[in-house]
Amino acid sequence: MRLLKLVPDDTNIGFLKWRNIAMAFSILTIIASIALVGARGLNFGVDFIGGQMIQATFTETETAPIPELRESIGGLGYGEATIQRFGDANEVSIRMRLPTEAEARPEAASEMTAKIVSTLKADHPDVRIDGVESVSGKVSEELFETGAYSLLFAMIAISIYIWIRFEWQFGVGALFALVHDVALTFGLFALTQMEFNLNIVAALLTIIGYSLNDTIVVFDRIRENLKKYRKMDIIALLDLSVNETLARTVMTSLTMLIALGALILWGPDVIFGFSVAMFFGVFVGTYSSVYMAAPILIWLKVGPDTFVPADSADEKPGQTGGPEQIG
Amino acid sequence: MLDFPRWKVISISLLLIFGVMMSLPSLIGEGGQKYWPGFLPNETINLGLDLQGGSHILLEADPADVASMRLETMEESVRAEMRRAEPRIGIGDISRRNGVLSFMVRDSTQVDAAREVILPLTSGAGLTGQRDWDIEVRDDTRFVLTPTAAGLENAVTNAMDTATDVIRRRIDEMGTREPTIIRQGDTRIVVQVPGLDDPEALKALLGQTAKLEFKLVDFDADPNALAEGRAPIGSQIFPYPDNPTGLPNIAVKRLGGISGDKLTDAGQGFAPETNAPVVNITFDSEGGSKFARLTQNNVGRPFAIILDGQVLSAPNINEPILGGSAQISGNFTVESANQLAIALRSGALPVELKIVEERTVGPDLGKDSIDKGMIAAIIATVAVLTFMVVTYGRFGMYANIALALNLFIIVGVMAIFNATLTLPGIAGFVLTVGSAVDANVLINERIREERRRGRRVIQAIEVGYKEASRAIFDANITNIIAGVLLFMFGSGPVKGFAVVLMIGIASSVFTAVVVTRMFVALWVRRARPQELVI
Repeated sequence: MRLLKLVPDDTNIGFLKWRNIAMAFSILTIIASIALVGARGLNFGVDFIGGQMIQATFTETETAPIPELRESIGGLGYGEATIQRFGDANEVSIRMRLPTEAEARPEAASEMTAKIVSTLKADHPDVRIDGVESVSGKVSEELFETGAYSLLFAMIAISIYIWIRFEWQFGVGALFALVHDVALTFGLFALTQMEFNLNIVAALLTIIGYSLNDTIVVFDRIRENLKKYRKMDIIALLDLSVNETLARTVMTSLTMLIALGALILWGPDVIFGFSVAMFFGVFVGTYSSVYMAAPILIWLKVGPDTFVPADSADEKPGQTGGPEQIG
Repeated sequence: MLDFPRWKVISISLLLIFGVMMSLPSLIGEGGQKYWPGFLPNETINLGLDLQGGSHILLEADPADVASMRLETMEESVRAEMRRAEPRIGIGDISRRNGVLSFMVRDSTQVDAAREVILPLTSGAGLTGQRDWDIEVRDDTRFVLTPTAAGLENAVTNAMDTATDVIRRRIDEMGTREPTIIRQGDTRIVVQVPGLDDPEALKALLGQTAKLEFKLVDFDADPNALAEGRAPIGSQIFPYPDNPTGLPNIAVKRLGGISGDKLTDAGQGFAPETNAPVVNITFDSEGGSKFARLTQNNVGRPFAIILDGQVLSAPNINEPILGGSAQISGNFTVESANQLAIALRSGALPVELKIVEERTVGPDLGKDSIDKGMIAAIIATVAVLTFMVVTYGRFGMYANIALALNLFIIVGVMAIFNATLTLPGIAGFVLTVGSAVDANVLINERIREERRRGRRVIQAIEVGYKEASRAIFDANITNIIAGVLLFMFGSGPVKGFAVVLMIGIASSVFTAVVVTRMFVALWVRRARPQELVI
């Protein structure tokens, strides 16, 4: 039986040769992402800016009467409504910002929802309300805060863990890779103006967890090789480690992307943004573990003495092949 | 590698069988559960509100409301006690400004007596000696009562406890199944009600304080003053939207009214003459006799029925109402009358609750999410399974069996803990399909590598498992860290995602490392392979 090998045996690609260009590119994309977020802003959902969103289906018409809705809901005096198709042509989402009086009256968001729902039902007897979300200003501020804190905590906690399990240079490398992944995902959402809501924060936290998988596998191999080949040049050693783990990196990223691709194409509409964020995060996470995390180790002068040698002296450089006895 | 003791095989197998068994009640659906033997465990996974449809409502009280209400109650108690004192203590210039109650004792010789009267009103209910109010006497005759922080905190806690009970009674009265009502923080209550037909009715019911009062109408009030919002001395003004005189408000006497919290029953009915929807109420014996006295002394005069600070109607008292029951008329529909009846039956809220967050999902959208989530999960699983077999052959097959067992175990563990599956949780499930094979990829790639370096089959497998385990462990710990943070900071559905993720991580390490190792060991022992197709 011939088995599929996506990555040929014993690759010897000089990944780290490109490290300066790659690092410049990474930093540029990070800056571009931040600039995008600054310039275009994120399309925050009601979770984070307050207001309300209604999802409705018009069961007896082919297409939802969007202009009509815009007029009837605009006439309620809460300001302009953002009305968009959502899934099929007869499904819409109606988004509305917090009314101005909401500052003093937290219940205003919920009252606005009730008013819009009753207007919809009165004007269109065939309407089916599929979902309603209304969030007051105070609650949305809290959600925003906890979301931001949890992202920050996750990045710091995981970097500290890497530091404890490896060395501080690895922790720094991991942190940079994470900043890269998170910043680029933010950039994607600023660029596409997809709705940024609580689910996306969940996706970001998961990306933080998973994009580190690659980083850790590479780090683990670097540590192993540092002990094994004490005289090898650090760049060659990093290249060797990345190449040795390349097959695994490609395989795992692929299975993840397959699963997430299924979610994007066939999964529920409500978590489309979540799936896209995860897909993108896994993709950039794979890149960042090679081109963000590893080069930083060079600049932070990681060498054979970074790890206190304990059981490292038994194998000499070059003595890689050959069967050996294991007790 | 070869020595995989029998006890290990048996205990691993038992664990797997247990996991799969626990998952079955959830997987066979309600139709299949009828045939499920009763002696077996039958816990199932709960579906989150976003999957089965339902409403999540966050209610919040304003502590300032509790404080001002307390001030009002204190004023009434002070007035009543001073009047009741022997001899009567005259007070005046009462004010509730700036969160403190202040008043003057008219006769300076009565200051000590007044203090005696106030003392029991202001001491704390607790045994700690902590006072609820501080008493201060300024300029010899002015009393200033300042609420203490501890007393206020106590009052807020009590109000929220009572409010939670009232909310629970109201939702039970609506007849919905399995509502969840929990206190959150100091001033919030979370209400979750699955599968609702009319979420707006629930919102209306929760947002209503339902404080009912009966007060005599003050006819001496000058209409012009009324229009400007000025009340005669001894009266106060309430808005009256349905006022037949056309004025927006009405003046009622401060004193001599009774409150509507002394009810034993309330129900929707119809007015005999007009057939309009009304609410019939029945007082308890104390409330009944008070109401009888009020109506007896005021035949021919109207009294205002006030609900949450707004006058519903002001009917004439045609004859004394002695039976302890009365009828509340107003501009009702059958629904709104019914709703008020429910609110009155379950008691008034001690504090106004405001809806600060609402999330409702209709049952159709939930069903759609489940269907699409299932399709995505099946496609993802089939694709990953195929991919693994094509890539790793026999070892891929083992990984696939481990993955399948892993999915059963996740469902089983969730069922044991009665965990809730949310829509993001389904995403977590699909994600687990993609990531759980990671451990096997790591192991298998390492075995391939060791074979290339010339190790013999058994050694290669041995070293592959050993060396890969370290990276597997570290990688999954970081995922657990992210999962814990998700659980700590996430809201409801996201918490569900974190739960699936963490259970998936733990069980995937077990199935992908321990279980496949067992398969491989048993196969190696039996087949003694000299060559390895991997």
